[in-house]
Amino acid sequence: MKAVETIVIGCSTGGPGALARLLGALDHRLPASVVVCSHATSSPHTMCHLLAQHSTLPVIEACEREPLRGGMVQVAPPDYHLLIERGRRFALSVDEPVGFSRPSIDVLFGSAAEACGEGLIAVILTGANADGAAGLACVRRAGGAAIVQQPDDAAAPAMPRAALELAGADHCVALDEMASLINRLCMT
Amino acid sequence: MNPVALNLSGIDPELDDIELNLFVSAMRQRHGYDFAQYAPASLKRRVYQLVEQHRTSNISTLTGRLLHDPTFLPQVLEGLSVPVSDMFRDPPVFRALREQVLPALSVYPRITIWQAGCARGQEIYSLAILLEEAGLYDRCQIYATDFNDAALRQAREGIYPAREAQAWSRNYQAAGGTCSLADYYSARYDFIKLDQRLRRNVVFADHNLVTDAVFCEAQLVLCRNVLIYFSNPLQNRVLAMFRDSLLPGGFLCLGLRENLALAPAARDFEALDSSLRLFRRCPEPVHDEGG
Ligand SMILES: C[S@@+](CC[C@H](N)C(=O)[O-])C[C@H]1O[C@@H](n2cnc3c(N)ncnc32)[C@H](O)[C@@H]1O
Repeated sequence: MKAVETIVIGCSTGGPGALARLLGALDHRLPASVVVCSHATSSPHTMCHLLAQHSTLPVIEACEREPLRGGMVQVAPPDYHLLIERGRRFALSVDEPVGFSRPSIDVLFGSAAEACGEGLIAVILTGANADGAAGLACVRRAGGAAIVQQPDDAAAPAMPRAALELAGADHCVALDEMASLINRLCMT
Repeated sequence: MNPVALNLSGIDPELDDIELNLFVSAMRQRHGYDFAQYAPASLKRRVYQLVEQHRTSNISTLTGRLLHDPTFLPQVLEGLSVPVSDMFRDPPVFRALREQVLPALSVYPRITIWQAGCARGQEIYSLAILLEEAGLYDRCQIYATDFNDAALRQAREGIYPAREAQAWSRNYQAAGGTCSLADYYSARYDFIKLDQRLRRNVVFADHNLVTDAVFCEAQLVLCRNVLIYFSNPLQNRVLAMFRDSLLPGGFLCLGLRENLALAPAARDFEALDSSLRLFRRCPEPVHDEGG
């Protein structure tokens, strides 16, 4: 299997809390780039600031045309779709919201599947809608791995449930086990 | 709900690429619209969206229709052009235009403004309101351009869904508006119509940033959230075109999250407020190639 270069994470309702716990337990030597797409409505600054307080890795906003950076968390800015180009650089768009969401997890995951193929892990956490399910299916078709939070472990189970129904998962785990799973998948 | 437009991606990326290239060639060779230098990921996504909307089984079927069905082009253009906009989107930017840029422009007896990529006109009416409130409107000539004719037609009409009015009013207030946005439109049924006096000095025109030349000599160029769709060389070329259009000291206003770090032509601009993506053309171009 190809080494994991990129981890994309999607979440909505309950997302900031779940992200804080997950990012706080990642190995600080993680070589992969972590890219976060959350629908949460807090300002971009507060979101990065909040996550930075908990994360073991530095947290910054994802900027268009810039490369994905290994060992860092890059967060989608509000009110734009975040995409990954081949060559692992970010792009932004103001295309219509998808199912009321911009950024959309489906848009990020769909582009990540094309850009990263097998070297990709996609993660669906808590959320109250079905965004991310179609994108997760793309990730799996392109050879990437899918991790989904167990619905009954999630603050809002709809998003992980929809993902499991449409795309299935390679790993379906509780939030507390997720960081060690990711560390293992990336560090070996 | 909008189509997710992902069904095709990931099945056979190599085949998708071939088909996408043929589609782009057909647009260029048959219709003169060149998308070859658009940022690939979102261009591809919009082409997939067209495939879903028209229920064809692949991109090649679209390409066939594009070549043989003369009525199809407008639908494709509408799908590729993304005329998505709001009035007073990013209020701090419009506040800065009001408080910093317009006072600087007020020294000129005649003011020329070019908005490139005006979509359905939401920002043109926003700008017109700022100019009215600053007492500058009657000295202004405003050019609003886009390559989407259908959007330009709607821009001229200035009719928008009434459900937008509330958010736009909030934006207007946050941008330092002193009246009420409702003073500038009339509401009927589910629509609002912007006061047509606001466009008495506006010329709406078809202009393609990829293939057409400098449009006018301007003191202010507004082009928000258009360059984000362009790959680096095209972004740089269009930025150089804005420089050539601007008088020395003229203002350039881009989208809030645009990144010029990879564009050499950015050296011909200095930041007025970099976090708001407000720039001024340097007195003398430092950088000459790339145009
Ligand atoms: C997302 S809208 C931006 C609207 C507005 N400026 C804003 O930021 O809210 C992008 C606009 O750019 C136009 N556009 C894209 N490519 C263009 C080109 N090559 N020439 C002229 N206009 C173009 C599209 O038709 C669309 O109306």
